[in-house]
Amino acid sequence: MAESVCSRPSNGGTILADFSQVLIDGLMNGAIYALVAAGLSLIWGVMDVINFAHGEFLMVAMYACYWLGSLLGIDPLFSWVLTGAFLFFLSAASYLLVVRRCIGRSAMAPLLATFGLSIFLKNFCLNRFTPNFRLLSGTIMEGRVLHVMGASVPLPQLVTALFSLVVLGCLYYFIKRTRIGWAIQATAMDREAAELMGIDTGRIFTLVFGFGGMCVGIAGGFMTSYLAVFPEVGALFSLIAFVVVALGGFGSIPGALLAALLIGLVESFAGFYIAPVIKYVAVFALYVVVILIRPKGLFGW
Amino acid sequence: MSDHMLSVSEISCSYNGVQAIEDMSLDVGVGEIVAIIGANGAGKSTLMKSIAGLIRPDRGSIKFCGEDITGTPANRMIFKGVSYVPEGRRLFANLSVRENLELGAFSERSRDVVEARLAEVFDLFPILKERERQLAQTMSGGEQQMCAIARGLMCGPKLLMLDELSLGLMPSLVEKVLDSVAEINRKGVTILLVEQMVQEALEIANRGYVIQVGRVVQHGTSRSLLDSDELRKAYMGM
Repeated sequence: MAESVCSRPSNGGTILADFSQVLIDGLMNGAIYALVAAGLSLIWGVMDVINFAHGEFLMVAMYACYWLGSLLGIDPLFSWVLTGAFLFFLSAASYLLVVRRCIGRSAMAPLLATFGLSIFLKNFCLNRFTPNFRLLSGTIMEGRVLHVMGASVPLPQLVTALFSLVVLGCLYYFIKRTRIGWAIQATAMDREAAELMGIDTGRIFTLVFGFGGMCVGIAGGFMTSYLAVFPEVGALFSLIAFVVVALGGFGSIPGALLAALLIGLVESFAGFYIAPVIKYVAVFALYVVVILIRPKGLFGW
Repeated sequence: MSDHMLSVSEISCSYNGVQAIEDMSLDVGVGEIVAIIGANGAGKSTLMKSIAGLIRPDRGSIKFCGEDITGTPANRMIFKGVSYVPEGRRLFANLSVRENLELGAFSERSRDVVEARLAEVFDLFPILKERERQLAQTMSGGEQQMCAIARGLMCGPKLLMLDELSLGLMPSLVEKVLDSVAEINRKGVTILLVEQMVQEALEIANRGYVIQVGRVVQHGTSRSLLDSDELRKAYMGM
């Protein structure tokens, strides 16, 4: 993210090389935003719950991956499986223990509950792991760079981005083409009618919350290969994920992907061609404009 | 009472403290078509929902095939053989006809059985075969109602409960849909239906219950209800 634009090609400085560098950076960041946002979007789409702890789940995944790497020597290339599974269970457990009690109450209830959960997770990590930045060193992909069209593409970011797209594709296929996927869609459309089909919608909610956590578990696992971990690392990602979900239309995975790529590109182009300090100004300005014109998002129903 | 498939005895239900039905009892025998008739707000749908497990009765008991099912959650009822086609169809609008039907058979794990049931419902409603890939929300009201009934049949129920089939359908279609209900019954499915089209419903039913403000006020064979002056005045405007 923040560091990605800084790696200018040493040989170049040509207009085309700059352009392709900015383009590739934007697309790579966009793909990662898409996976983070997909988890949020899925939970919102099925349960009408905004998970305010989403960014903190990402942070927990990154810490898990960091400790797996530094204590046990497991590379992020492999530990994403463990962090994905861990976050699935952590997220499903948060649903069962916290969020479930708020469903069917006022709309503020799940919002405040997940907000409380996010504060708890953030402070727990602050207390246990200090606010220091920790960067996992000695990973397999560390320092490897590909050169494409004059742009230098760091391998860790590229692999993370490509893998995000693969996971998104699998998630989309699962929801559109499998029996459980249809049950998830049915629950999203009409919970009572889904119950009448013999679908235990409470279990579907648990599963969906688990999948939401799994998305950030996998994303966070890979991101540890190039990003520093600290207790506040989730904040910016969750803010961007909210923007992506709102732009893409709540509950739509293809919408989240397109919106995330758009956000990634706006961020990287504004950061390079205007000024680095305004890249998030541009992102949120775009959000405000789109929401004013199309309140249901660019690709919303 | 052992030959009764469904026995509802003296159930009472309320929403937020407001009584919707009170001490209501009814029986449905194996192979029967039983119609529940009454005006809007009389408590017909509440009765259906409490049998389907969507509402838990405050008092009373519901027995199905001899087993006490009072308070069983809705998602378990289909496994017991009770299928409820709710008022307003409640199809999954953004899914195709085929996907809606597959979801109707969610409780069935055997692929062969699901395929056989699909063939059966397509045989009953050939139009659904033509519309298989179409999204449910893009169909006409009549087609949607057929799809909802077919979805209710996909679990292979012993008892099919149909709530306000005629809602929003033109009269000629209502008869067509009710004819298919009679056909489903001839194939061995017991039917409990709620209907505001009193005449049409009683024509296919064996027996009927008349409900007013949360109580059963009259019951008997369809013939006797059709001949009853009281009923004719109240519901058929004759």
